[in-house]
Amino acid sequence: MSPEKHTLTMLVDNEPGVLSRVVGLFSGRGFNIDSLCVAETMDPKVSRVTIVTQANKPLLEQIEKQLRKLINVVKLRDMSDDRAVRREMALICVHARSENRDEILRLVNLFRAKVIDVASNYYTIEASGDEDKMTALIGLLRPMGIKKIARTGTVALYREPKRGI
Amino acid sequence: MELTGSQILMTILKEEGVDTIFGFPGGAVIDLYDEIMRAEIRHILVRHEQGAVHAADGYARVSGKVGVCLVTSGPGATNTVTGIATAYMDSIPMVVITGQVPTQLIGNDAFQEVDIVGITRPCTKHNYLVSRVEDLAKCLKEAFHIARSGRPGPVLVDIPKNVAQARTEYQPVGKVSIKSYNPTYTPNPKQLQKAVALLKTARRPVIFTGGGVILSKASPELTTLARRLRIPVTASLMGLGAFPGSDPLWLGMLGMHGTYRANMAISNCDLLIAVGVRFDDRVTGKTEMFASQAKIVHIDIDPTTIRKNIPVTVPVVGDCKISLTALNQMVQEDNLEQSMPPHGEWLAQIKQWRDEYKLAYQQKDVIKPQYVVEKLHELTNGEAIVATEVGQNQMWAAQYYHFDRPQQWITSGGLGTMGFGLPAAIGAQVAFPEKLVVDVAGDGSIQMNIQEMATAVQYGLPVKIVILNNRCLGMVRQWQQLFYDKRYSQTIMDHAPDFVKLAEAYGATGLRATRPDEVQAVLAKGLATPGPVIMEFIVESEECVYPMVPAGRPITDMLLV
Ligand SMILES: Cc1ncc(C[n+]2csc(CCOP(=O)(O)OP(=O)(O)O)c2C)c(N)n1
Ligand SMILES: [Mg+2]
Repeated sequence: MSPEKHTLTMLVDNEPGVLSRVVGLFSGRGFNIDSLCVAETMDPKVSRVTIVTQANKPLLEQIEKQLRKLINVVKLRDMSDDRAVRREMALICVHARSENRDEILRLVNLFRAKVIDVASNYYTIEASGDEDKMTALIGLLRPMGIKKIARTGTVALYREPKRGI
Repeated sequence: MELTGSQILMTILKEEGVDTIFGFPGGAVIDLYDEIMRAEIRHILVRHEQGAVHAADGYARVSGKVGVCLVTSGPGATNTVTGIATAYMDSIPMVVITGQVPTQLIGNDAFQEVDIVGITRPCTKHNYLVSRVEDLAKCLKEAFHIARSGRPGPVLVDIPKNVAQARTEYQPVGKVSIKSYNPTYTPNPKQLQKAVALLKTARRPVIFTGGGVILSKASPELTTLARRLRIPVTASLMGLGAFPGSDPLWLGMLGMHGTYRANMAISNCDLLIAVGVRFDDRVTGKTEMFASQAKIVHIDIDPTTIRKNIPVTVPVVGDCKISLTALNQMVQEDNLEQSMPPHGEWLAQIKQWRDEYKLAYQQKDVIKPQYVVEKLHELTNGEAIVATEVGQNQMWAAQYYHFDRPQQWITSGGLGTMGFGLPAAIGAQVAFPEKLVVDVAGDGSIQMNIQEMATAVQYGLPVKIVILNNRCLGMVRQWQQLFYDKRYSQTIMDHAPDFVKLAEAYGATGLRATRPDEVQAVLAKGLATPGPVIMEFIVESEECVYPMVPAGRPITDMLLV
């Protein structure tokens, strides 16, 4: 069984040390973390943690059980399939020479990204989307020279039912 | 009512039914200790904080109550870590209270500051740093609740000095409920039905029990099931005593130093009912080959143990006692003892394995350690509470002291902590002052917490220590002997103290046997002597524990004598 990517999101108590319990579980048990996102929810007592991990089925089962066992994990869901929406975000600083500025702007439009900072030779682009989209955009910008990049991990939410649509 | 943090601690301890704690004072807990003087709680002053935790552990194992210890910040707290990890691996209910530097100093590298909550996060079931006195009562109540419920385990509560000193209006917490913590006690009956269905076709069934059966006090239910259906029973090191060692259905222990018939039975069974076990590698050997012909029913309260190491056919998440009670009922309603296929052939096969290879040794002119344990069993009518250190001594105790009842056997199974036995025996003796408590020890391990002799003498705790002195770190030496061409790197310890004089120095009694014909007399005298006694037996130094399955091999690959 080969490992697959899984997006796990959990609601946890928003208390000191809780993130380290979650992360410590992964390092201590040799589970892998591709990316990690944490922030408060509408309820200030609860945070949402989203972790992308690679695991085959039995390992995924074990990861989920171990996470549920943590006293501070209130709820956990696998958000890897179509029933959830997933997004990540990146800030990409790309070399903008006169000959490729148009191309960059064209890509920015195409990917529904934004230029948020313009310097003499660089554009900083803000882009968000699912993982494939981000990988594609970065791939297309790379030949022009990416000076630096900051990417977030994935965040995800379950889709609400679409009755009557 | 307005109370200080220290007073709140005492109030909650009393509410939780704690009458004894094990501890060692220091600056950060001086306020707590000041309050203890006024509380009606017995405090056992150990000589090293590791001793306090193991003692609380031994106390918990034999009494089923939550063990409690209290230590200071910094070095006091770090000294508890091995003890906590030991309890964690064996799922022992325990609350460890550590002092901490005042909240305003936390993070400043203050004197005796250590991030004990960070350090113990991976080896506690849960832990708390109490930063406000208003939270103290709730944290403590939750700590006890978490420690004893579900799969039990140690919980640490770190109390800064100023929190212990601060005053607050105390309001009783009442019943604890934690939204995100709801262990499953009652199993899904559908899963149990599946187990019954498997029993209906099983021709070669075996029951395998572990520490979970002891912890949930499910021995009677387990024994009923096995006897009613005439299913042979084996156990992990932690499960000894759950099923009577004198019963004809008893197979002996399983695994690396398991009996020939237990390992053969597991490897040939077609149905394995595993109860309160976690399929540790010392039990399974090579997992792919473990019970490879069997359908497996796995009953455990902790879902993470299920399918962690071994694939199972029927997972049952639930408390062992509740699950077995329900299973027994179904078995009875179905009249399963009639409808199950007869397995007389299987029992005959097991008997044949039993006769083919029995645990054995030959007592010649040097004392054999097995002989000492066997004599101990005989002279104590198998009724002693037996604690052990770690190594060969532990395995011989497991093999030759045929445990008939649960909570009689105290050993560090998961972590294998040398130095566990003496303080754990002390804790057990505190729980049951009238019972005979014996620590079966190695000459190496006993030196790791020998300072607790002073505790035993101070409190008049008459623990009997049987040192199987082979002048070496025997179990490691055994591996070197068998797999490293007898290259005894750093395992020969021929510079031990004179244990008889050492006992006397502590104010205890010391006895020694050097010849086989002295064994019985020394044991008899030692057991009859009031107060703590060290009995040293100079045993064969190159004796090995057999059978032995080399690590990672299938459990049928047994080295036999
Ligand atoms: C704290 C600790 N350190 C090291 C070990 C590794 N170890 C396992 S058994 C053993 C030998 C124990 O020697 P002794 O107490 O004399 O027991 P024997 O095997 O000789 O009966 C050692 C060193 C351990 N289990 N625990
Ligand atoms: Mg030894």
